[in-house]
Amino acid sequence: MMEVCGSTNVSLREFGCEQTLLSRPDGSASFVQGDTSVIAAVYGPAEVKVSKEIYDRATLEVLIQPKVGLPSVRERSQEQCVRETCEASLLLTLHPRSSLTLVLQLIHDDGSRLACFLNAACMALMDAGLPMSCLFCGVTCAINADSEIITDPTAAQEKESRALMTFAIDSKEQRVMMSYTKGSFSVHELQQCIAVSQKASENVFQFYRDSVRRRYSKNL
Amino acid sequence: MKDTPLSNCERDFLLKAIEEKKRLDGRQTYDYRKMKITFGTDYGCCFVDLGKTRVMAQVSGELVAPKENRPNEGIMFFNIELSPMASPAFEQGRQSELSVKLNRQLERCLRNSKCIDTESLCVVSGEKVWQIRVDVHMLNHDGNLMDAASIAAITALCHFKRPDVSIQGDEVTVYSAEEREPIPLSIYHMPISVSFSFFQQGTYLLVDPCEREERVMDGLLMIAMNKHREICSIQSSGGIMLLKEQVMRCSKIASVKVSEITELISKALENDKRARKAGGRCGFAESMPQERITALKTDETSVEMTDASERANDIVENAEVPPQTVPSPVVPAPGVGQVGQGLQNTWGLEEEEEDGDEEEEEQKMEEEQDEKEDSREGDVVEISDSEEEEVVILHPETQDKSSKNAASSSNQKGAETSKQRQKK
Repeated sequence: MMEVCGSTNVSLREFGCEQTLLSRPDGSASFVQGDTSVIAAVYGPAEVKVSKEIYDRATLEVLIQPKVGLPSVRERSQEQCVRETCEASLLLTLHPRSSLTLVLQLIHDDGSRLACFLNAACMALMDAGLPMSCLFCGVTCAINADSEIITDPTAAQEKESRALMTFAIDSKEQRVMMSYTKGSFSVHELQQCIAVSQKASENVFQFYRDSVRRRYSKNL
Repeated sequence: MKDTPLSNCERDFLLKAIEEKKRLDGRQTYDYRKMKITFGTDYGCCFVDLGKTRVMAQVSGELVAPKENRPNEGIMFFNIELSPMASPAFEQGRQSELSVKLNRQLERCLRNSKCIDTESLCVVSGEKVWQIRVDVHMLNHDGNLMDAASIAAITALCHFKRPDVSIQGDEVTVYSAEEREPIPLSIYHMPISVSFSFFQQGTYLLVDPCEREERVMDGLLMIAMNKHREICSIQSSGGIMLLKEQVMRCSKIASVKVSEITELISKALENDKRARKAGGRCGFAESMPQERITALKTDETSVEMTDASERANDIVENAEVPPQTVPSPVVPAPGVGQVGQGLQNTWGLEEEEEDGDEEEEEQKMEEEQDEKEDSREGDVVEISDSEEEEVVILHPETQDKSSKNAASSSNQKGAETSKQRQKK
């Protein structure tokens, strides 16, 4: 199922996505990478609580629900990563004094969690029709004990890796919007992983385009 | 986020239609919506679609100490999460009335009916038992959350397999799924709840109300039964007054529905067992419908990597040299760690920012005492209401030094913080 290593031949697991699968939220999408699956739902622009309103832009709230138990610190930190990425790409100033709520539910975790959250979030935001200046995608790279770079690692590979990095890449110029790293690695390895992620993000964006093209190929 | 309120014309329309025995989606009075049950990748994960209402249940188990009054019984824990995804009215973290009601109903339905054999969950009496936790997440709220939740919970419990355990004397070994085949829970019967909504003070009755119908209903009757026609739990809410005949009629309808639903669950479990035995991949990913245009799936793709490493090398070479990094902490003397060199305090103000280890700082200060001597002369005066009072003098022989330390420890602390900030 998984890909290989080295800097010459990396691959991504199979992708799957379904849009508008929930009827209540304004936009929803499920994103599947291998066995890791996530459902994202967006509500907005909607009424905002006075305590949370911002006078010139929309207030974005991200909630990550784990599968078992209550959300913990790990979920909070991932929420922050996703929120900052979304705030950088959404045109929030078009909806002042409104609220946007993005809820992410983890269905199954088999590695590349944060990347899957980012991808599902982007697809749900697209499905909701919220204006964005660029799309974004998440790519996870792992450096294993043999110093080989693996993209889109499974949970087993993540556990054995020496370093784990997740980057959010934007669609216009393939720049890094957010990075989340764990473990130790050299500057050279970091740049290599970024370059690899930028290349891998092209595949993800092509997948976005294909799904959306398919979705709007007929008037529902 | 607030939910949109129901308008008066919608309410009147719904009530009028119900009087004429018509429902919004064209169902008959006693009809259930289309139900679909799918399973996730790991054991104990189950999705239930009741029309547009979607619910996910996950069962997990861990070894814990048992309750004192029941030393040889396992523990069951139920949790229904009204995720903000399901409806804009649900808020994260807040225990709303609906959430409490659903949790309590599910507990009564599953725990009090003793459908699970909790004694079989005991590993070492009085010390280690299995705690089985059922988490039900609401994904989409289109009415009748209780029924969907109860079906999902009991199906997930039937699907779940706990790890195998063996006891040798005092040692308990838990085997992972790869080492030994996991064991299913022992379930006596499957209680399933059926909801009846009443309108116009009990005149009209509807089974499986959708979200709009729930908003205009007067009251709700929930009957939990199993296929052996045993009532596990009954709950009537909303303050409607029901006649004995009405309740009897509802229970008869419920028994018919429950036997249909139980059959559907058994079929779904069978299909899943067969699919897993055949070795195919199971899970949410597989159950995604392929024929729809809202869904797309691609296979494993490889990434074009031709110039990635050159690009990376270019960037590294063209990047400016990073500032000299200090290697891992230096140990000047046993028990003392030094990270970096102290810097002059650039705040211009003595602020005590850290609650650091006073002792270590004292010792560190003694170490760097001499270096600091000169820089301290021109430094700013300390604030007298700082924590100087709490400084503990550890080495009486260095009394004079410590008094000097006290005077300028604020300085040092400022230096430490700026040191730490540098490290970050």
